[in-house]
Amino acid sequence: MSGSEKISLQDALAALADKKMPILAGGTDFYPGLMDGPAPYPVLDITLISGLKTLEKMNSDWRIGAAVTWTQVVKAELPPAFAGLRAAALEVGSLQIQNSGTVVGNICNASPAADGVPPLIALNARVEISSASNVRVVPIEQFILGVRDTALEPDEIVTALLVPEFPKGTISKFKKLGTRSYLVISIAMIAVTLEISDAGIISNVRIAVGACSAVAQRLFALEEELAGLKISKIALSGSVRMDHLFGLSPIDDVRGSGGFRIEAVREILTRMLVDCANDGGPS
Amino acid sequence: MISPSRDKSSIDISFLLNGSSTTIEAIPTTRLSEVLREVNGTRDVKIGCNAGDCGACTILVDGSPVCSCITAVSQVDGKKIETLSGLAAKDPVTKKLSQSFLDHGAAQCGICTPGILVAATALLRENHSPDEALVLNALGGVLCRCTGYRKIIDAVLGVEPLNAAVSSGVGAAIARLDGDEKVSGADAFGDDVAPPGALTLRVIRSPHHHADFKLGDVSAFVDQTKGLALVLTAQDIPGTNLFGVIPGFIDQPVFAEKTTRFRGEAIAAIVGDAHVVNKLDLSCFPVEWTEREAILTSGDAQEEGAIRLHGDKNKNLMCTGLVQCGDAVGGLEVAFVKSSGQFETGFIEHAYIEPEAGYARRIGNRIEIYGCTQAPFMDRNSVASIMGLDPSAVRIVPTSVGGGFGSKLDLSFQPYVALATWMLNKPVRMTYTRIESMQSTTKRHPSEISLEIGADKNGKICGFNFAGTFNTGAYASWGPTVANRVPVHASGPYSIENYKAVSRAIYTHCVPAGAFRGFGVPQSAIAVESILDDLAVQLDMDRLEFRIFNALENNKPTVTGQVFENSVGIRACLESLRPKWTDALEQAQTYNTKAEKSGSPLRRGVGVASGWYGCGNTSMSNPSAIKSGITRDGLICLHQGAVDIGQGSNTVIPQIFASALGVPIDQILIKSADTDITPDAGKTSASRQTFISGNAARLSAEALRGEILRLTNCPPDATIRFDGSTIIVTAAHGTERQINLVSLKENDNGYVLSAEESYDPPTEPMDENGQGSPYALFGYAAQMTELSVDTRLGSIKLLSFTAAHDVGKAINPVLVEGQIHGGIAQGIGLALMEEFIPGRTENLHDYLIPTIGDVPPIETYILEVTDPNGPYGAKGLGEHVLIPTAPAILNGITHACGAKVRKLPATPERVLAEIRISNKKEQANG
Repeated sequence: MSGSEKISLQDALAALADKKMPILAGGTDFYPGLMDGPAPYPVLDITLISGLKTLEKMNSDWRIGAAVTWTQVVKAELPPAFAGLRAAALEVGSLQIQNSGTVVGNICNASPAADGVPPLIALNARVEISSASNVRVVPIEQFILGVRDTALEPDEIVTALLVPEFPKGTISKFKKLGTRSYLVISIAMIAVTLEISDAGIISNVRIAVGACSAVAQRLFALEEELAGLKISKIALSGSVRMDHLFGLSPIDDVRGSGGFRIEAVREILTRMLVDCANDGGPS
Repeated sequence: MISPSRDKSSIDISFLLNGSSTTIEAIPTTRLSEVLREVNGTRDVKIGCNAGDCGACTILVDGSPVCSCITAVSQVDGKKIETLSGLAAKDPVTKKLSQSFLDHGAAQCGICTPGILVAATALLRENHSPDEALVLNALGGVLCRCTGYRKIIDAVLGVEPLNAAVSSGVGAAIARLDGDEKVSGADAFGDDVAPPGALTLRVIRSPHHHADFKLGDVSAFVDQTKGLALVLTAQDIPGTNLFGVIPGFIDQPVFAEKTTRFRGEAIAAIVGDAHVVNKLDLSCFPVEWTEREAILTSGDAQEEGAIRLHGDKNKNLMCTGLVQCGDAVGGLEVAFVKSSGQFETGFIEHAYIEPEAGYARRIGNRIEIYGCTQAPFMDRNSVASIMGLDPSAVRIVPTSVGGGFGSKLDLSFQPYVALATWMLNKPVRMTYTRIESMQSTTKRHPSEISLEIGADKNGKICGFNFAGTFNTGAYASWGPTVANRVPVHASGPYSIENYKAVSRAIYTHCVPAGAFRGFGVPQSAIAVESILDDLAVQLDMDRLEFRIFNALENNKPTVTGQVFENSVGIRACLESLRPKWTDALEQAQTYNTKAEKSGSPLRRGVGVASGWYGCGNTSMSNPSAIKSGITRDGLICLHQGAVDIGQGSNTVIPQIFASALGVPIDQILIKSADTDITPDAGKTSASRQTFISGNAARLSAEALRGEILRLTNCPPDATIRFDGSTIIVTAAHGTERQINLVSLKENDNGYVLSAEESYDPPTEPMDENGQGSPYALFGYAAQMTELSVDTRLGSIKLLSFTAAHDVGKAINPVLVEGQIHGGIAQGIGLALMEEFIPGRTENLHDYLIPTIGDVPPIETYILEVTDPNGPYGAKGLGEHVLIPTAPAILNGITHACGAKVRKLPATPERVLAEIRISNKKEQANG
């Protein structure tokens, strides 16, 4: 068979069941990971499997196929709840990386600094996992288990991310702190999704922080405090306290110390909530 | 693609490459960049990092820019691929853009240019008149280390270039003469020249900072590995297994013999067919390592009882430097105000986008080496010594150099390919990987500086005491030069009567530190200019006026006692900044008052710093020779051996030559550096080429012109015109005389008229106190920056730079601006983001250099305080451009928010910590 033929998902999964293979998608993590060594072969090339390149609404979910690139996310017409994911897409590496790299590849690579993970957690995304014999769907928070560690079995691939429809008026934000403008790995990043009722009340809130723990974490304590508040009321400065950041365990590395990361998260998140309040309009 | 049924995993892959249908056979996961370069021969696709971090390999796949180094070749089956060579030949958008790049000087070394032009083409196809933000987003993925990006932005936006040149000689802003190749993809760099079928060499390196090793059965390894031709170790070296750059400090082995002293040190090399060698897992190489305790800081290396790296060097002290005059301690004692501080900087990586690369071939009993270098004659002599050959048996032919900045002064690939080709009698090539380049080639020296300066109540500096310790790594390289240069330059361009500066270079188990744009002077300027700001504030003097008040002047001695009568340009530089400085201070104050009221965390600051730099080697002979000749056909040939590493000597030297000879530049045929063809024009370093090789070119042209005038008996102001085999000389009063070149006798070089002239700058040795005349001339600089600090995150946004440079005479203003922009970009990196940590930041995603989004608009003031020693008054520039940048930024940060960052880089974390300290002090005082 020609290596460049499009193949069906079924055939691909059958091949994977038959023989364990490395998985290749956009190549943006695959090749750097080789450290200049020769690329392994055979591989399962996700980008050559038919049907995985689409980003579309299916039933009640938005379905991000496994071969959908960051550029597709940037260019797609998506509801406002995707604003955070889109902002993250624009900060992934560079245009070249966005053109090649896939959203699903980003979560499968399971780097603590993966730009896609916090916004997908904030979007309550689920991960569709397929093998030759089974399809299962798990919440993204149960998919990434640790540094470079996911819930994927050797015979499985992620076929899509599923993002639920959010109500009208949902506010979505993403911020990343780095030391240069492009091609930068985060010191810290934060994604926020706020569902706002017609009365301007925060009905549902999800906040996720990346690069500050092995796996991006939600800030449950803060989410609980914000839920039920009027959106206009969260603009009070100092609304994020240190105890809200319980659960983050950032490491010290060349990009910054753990202590600084926590401080940066608190400051950036405080500003993001002010922005959310402004977006939410006058009370 | 999946579990191929046949044994052979190669498959046929078809794509449209620059308009031509192409089918190649490859393993599907092969990197596309490798296929495009090695199979299709599109070597305009450059590989800078092999990891998607630098964008040099950017191509268009179905119109979208991607990095071909992280694209599987199978993924482009059936697709349309465009690279620069195709676009520059056919695409009207690219053609126009290429011309714009030439006009703006937006390509310097040219190694990133293919990636930049391809990415910019994609943008301009979508949007004919993008704004700056769109340009930044489109080009954010391509790193450039030379230009500082601003000329690239201008070129893409299509703004008007500098005044079009009216002539071609000295002072004309002509496009670089080697530019066409750079913007068309035709330029050949170190990895682009090896003949097909050349064997490939890879070096086996130490994974430890310090280790003993035992080689296993190397010959069995060769026998067992099909396609492997040879393994090279220290035993194979016919000459001396040592190299270095300073006599008395030649201490680095080509291959370590029993012990490695830094992570990345070579112990062996393997040579064989490319497809075998490139795929070999080097962890199979038969070697047993015993890791030993390593010393990584100069502090640890100086401890009593510390392991000695080199037997005879007590406490690992390699060498020291000293300059003193007057009474530094006494001057400080009587000072009205004093300030002191401890400063620290780390290793800085050159991060040129072209990793070291080249090939060698044996021709009879000679070796020819083609590749990137800054110092062809030094390479020739070193390789000859290693090979046990006479220097005349080695020929070095520099390719285009994809950035150097000092590190390509030292040997890298040369001895390995030379030895392999000598033994195998076949061409052998080698290309460093990015990781290998970062691990093993020289860096900027980490510094620890303590400094105290005092001033009297009028603001006159009255005492200055400086001590700098430099971590020189495992081997000497240019460490002695750093130790020499720093005490001379630490004063900055100021008049100081009571001065003492000592420097020490210390061996550690780190990668060797060597030459990097400024040889330690940028590090010392950070300390000095920060303390000067402190003093000005204590004295309640304007920081710029304080510098002007203390500026060095004509007929006043420097700290080495050298006196310049009429060429000191620092005051002119500083004074030119006055209007901008005053405005900027006012604007910052207005902004900050508003910000304070509104509760905004942003604060504006303005910083200024000066710099000076002596051009040429320190108190040492360093001549350049330039040869020129005229053929019977009337061809004027210039043998221009000053290697162009992007800075522009291929253009500037001919401009000087053309002016001195009195002919238009387009009549000159330039023969670039080649040790068989061009006389020794010295190394491209120490900001010496325009000054020293420029003078040699001037003398060569003047000699040729003198001969022509003598033959025609015409006066000095006669004009010379070439018309075929005839030279027509016209005297001012109209008399016309001719030389029929065919009638003259040809010399061995095929010239009927020729002249080889040498220039060596007049210097004098320094005595035991560092008193003397180390340089024939200095260049001067002052830069100011406006910036904004986020006082709650510690992040910095640079808003503008204004750079005033005294270059004596701008031989080519567009190239001068290019140097200034590029130096500022490197200074930004030094100040805000760069630190090489052996074992941790060995690639271009962990080691950050500025991207196109990190360099603010730059305004340049070119000042021309001519120097009688310079050609047409010109002074050097290459290193001056970097020196004031980092301290200007640090001073701007302090002005904005009080933070005094003394350990670089000034990361957000460090800035924030210093803001807290400053706030506490303020509270305690208030």
